[in-house]
Amino acid sequence: MHRYVAAIDQGTTSTRCILFDQGGRLVAVAQEEHAQHYPKPGWVEHDAEEIWRNVGHVVAGALAQADIAPSQVAALGIANQRETTVLWDRVTGRPIGRAIVWQDTRTADLVRELAGDEGPDRFRDRCGLPLAPYFAGPRITWLLDHTPGLRERAERGEVLAGTMESWLVWRLTGGPDGGVHMTDVTNASRTMLMGIDTLTWDDTVLEAMRIPRAMLPEIRSSSEVYGTATTVLPGTPIGAAMGDQQAALFGQTCFAPGEAKCTYGTGSFLLLNTGHEVVRSTHGLLTTVAYKIGDEPAVYALEGSIAVTGSLVQWFRDGLGLITTAAEIETLASTVRDNGGCYIVPAFAGLFAPHWRSEARGVIVGLTSYVTKGHLARAVLEAVAWQTRDVLDAMDADSGLRLKTLKVDGGMTADNMLMQMLADFLDLPVIRPTVRETVSLGAAYAAGLAVGFWPHLEGLRRNWHRVGQWLPAMDPHVRAMEYENWGRAVARTFDWARPGPPEKEGPGRA
Amino acid sequence: MPGSVQSIERAAAILRLLAGNRKLGCVEIANSLGLAKGTAHGILRTLAEVGFVDQDRQTGKYLLGHGILELRGHHLDPNELRSLALNWTDSLASRSGETVRLGVLDDGGDVLVAHHGFRPDDSSQTLDVGSHRPAHACALGKVLLAYDAAAATQASRRPLQAYTPLTTTTPLALAASLAAVRKAGWALEADELEMGQAGIAAPIRAPGGLTVAAVGISGARDRLCDGHRLPLPAPLLLVQEAARAISRELAPAR
Repeated sequence: MHRYVAAIDQGTTSTRCILFDQGGRLVAVAQEEHAQHYPKPGWVEHDAEEIWRNVGHVVAGALAQADIAPSQVAALGIANQRETTVLWDRVTGRPIGRAIVWQDTRTADLVRELAGDEGPDRFRDRCGLPLAPYFAGPRITWLLDHTPGLRERAERGEVLAGTMESWLVWRLTGGPDGGVHMTDVTNASRTMLMGIDTLTWDDTVLEAMRIPRAMLPEIRSSSEVYGTATTVLPGTPIGAAMGDQQAALFGQTCFAPGEAKCTYGTGSFLLLNTGHEVVRSTHGLLTTVAYKIGDEPAVYALEGSIAVTGSLVQWFRDGLGLITTAAEIETLASTVRDNGGCYIVPAFAGLFAPHWRSEARGVIVGLTSYVTKGHLARAVLEAVAWQTRDVLDAMDADSGLRLKTLKVDGGMTADNMLMQMLADFLDLPVIRPTVRETVSLGAAYAAGLAVGFWPHLEGLRRNWHRVGQWLPAMDPHVRAMEYENWGRAVARTFDWARPGPPEKEGPGRA
Repeated sequence: MPGSVQSIERAAAILRLLAGNRKLGCVEIANSLGLAKGTAHGILRTLAEVGFVDQDRQTGKYLLGHGILELRGHHLDPNELRSLALNWTDSLASRSGETVRLGVLDDGGDVLVAHHGFRPDDSSQTLDVGSHRPAHACALGKVLLAYDAAAATQASRRPLQAYTPLTTTTPLALAASLAAVRKAGWALEADELEMGQAGIAAPIRAPGGLTVAAVGISGARDRLCDGHRLPLPAPLLLVQEAARAISRELAPAR
């Protein structure tokens, strides 16, 4: 009887279950999208209950697709959209309002207040992160501030908080009936609430953000058995939880310091393994935990986070209606030879790394009557590639390690034109491995390690193979000129949004 | 909620087959879509009644009717195809250990490579997406011609170039080879494009049976074939599984 590991990738737009065999090869994949709620400009919410239902559907769907019995699943691993924050009632198991998604900027004013005179780096030494609306901790504060009576209930231990993996593990292990309330070090490292050196909740930050410790989950390793599922896959050990980007780093088998990957999904995230060393960035990158296996010491990473890449293509499709499927962006971009002088900077919710400008807003510059939708399509793809260049340059400056190749993964790697642009703009070979779904693969690897399905990291490396490669072929002068144009376009996004009036309403329940 | 109506899916596939000023007989249509002749005939008669197809009085062949002419033909975007298929082509490459390609027919009746996955041995290889291959001499092409009667006719009217002594070069031999592909559901090329090299391919079918692309592996003949130039069961099964999985991705979400 063949055995498999199941990974749940709880992402921004959908939830997937992927089954992998012992060779780390994809056997089945089932996916279900969930609703995006935009109750106000800048607000993005998910229904945690809907996502939980979808988990059940996709696990059943994947098992049926490959005709695999639940008993053949050796372990379950979870990778999740990071920083998305959910509160729920310990007794009823019901979410309290909707989950606040990582793209949501409602905490901008709160974050500015917290920064005060000390500025956005007030807690950076403790947690490795600058104060920004991106991170989870201030979302908990916001919910406690805006829901009447909630802080008192939280202090009495009636309310639980977590990111998506906390919610799913708690539900999988019984919910109100003995559910395990945990988070893993990688997810905890995105809250601002965990000491990056101590790997425990930091009392100073908790106090500053007025968050009761009683509502927070226990911080566990990324790879260890947290408990056994009582539903969905009853009897299966849950062996891993990781933030999706850390899972992708793990799935790309970047186990050694100096190894890096970039994942192209809704946003894009370049992570560089820095080993057991905590590298503090001076160029706008984040210090984050890469993974922690069982009792071994944690491995750290530097991260360059780009908020809008795949979601720019989505906007091009759904917001502008210029294409009917995401993949058509390449077809449309192929109708022209260059960008026609047009640049798009998608600062839809400010700019993340390396700029961290929450007041920036998107621009399309260089418009002339010559520009067609083909040029716009090309500018969309170029924006994805230039943003990668920006974070790569920051990484070089912080780490002193000049990457020799870029390993890529994620949905957008099906776009050959984008892959060639990356090679050209970065002046690096771009390499794609045989598994595009590295987020799921990483969660599966970590879960499989926890139960002995795979014996050690080095064995996993042997599963990694190259299935595509793009080499730089751009004139260096053209590259330099285009990069300068890109930089000028980015500068035009700054100082656009102004602080709004004080927030009075409760959490969105539209 | 009721499921999709099979006969409507089939009617749509017939219309797509006739797109582009093609004239095809009932048997050719039935063969292209893997339908029984009686089934195809029944659907064609209905389509003629609603004005979506016309029948040429002299030859008895079918062509698109006036009622359909304002409807735009739709071909699967090769970039869309790659995006939908990628998980399964990746998996096929790692399971088979061979080079994987997705192919569609170009306007000239040759194979356009829509996707290329490297042989996963980490050796130096170059992407050939966008390149063209002779349809009569490769497994991908044989699959695409076998299920597209108009393209097959067009191909057999042109000189069939010999790439090796084993390349199929006569219209008669090509027709026989395509009939064998339809019967088996897969195609093989052994020493026909390059000596010592082989390929195995299978059709990717949209709902209704319309073949929209082919997926295949290629590599050393000794790894893919036995001593009689027949495909080894293991790689053949992997190609067929991948083709089925990709076809499933093309079905609308339910």
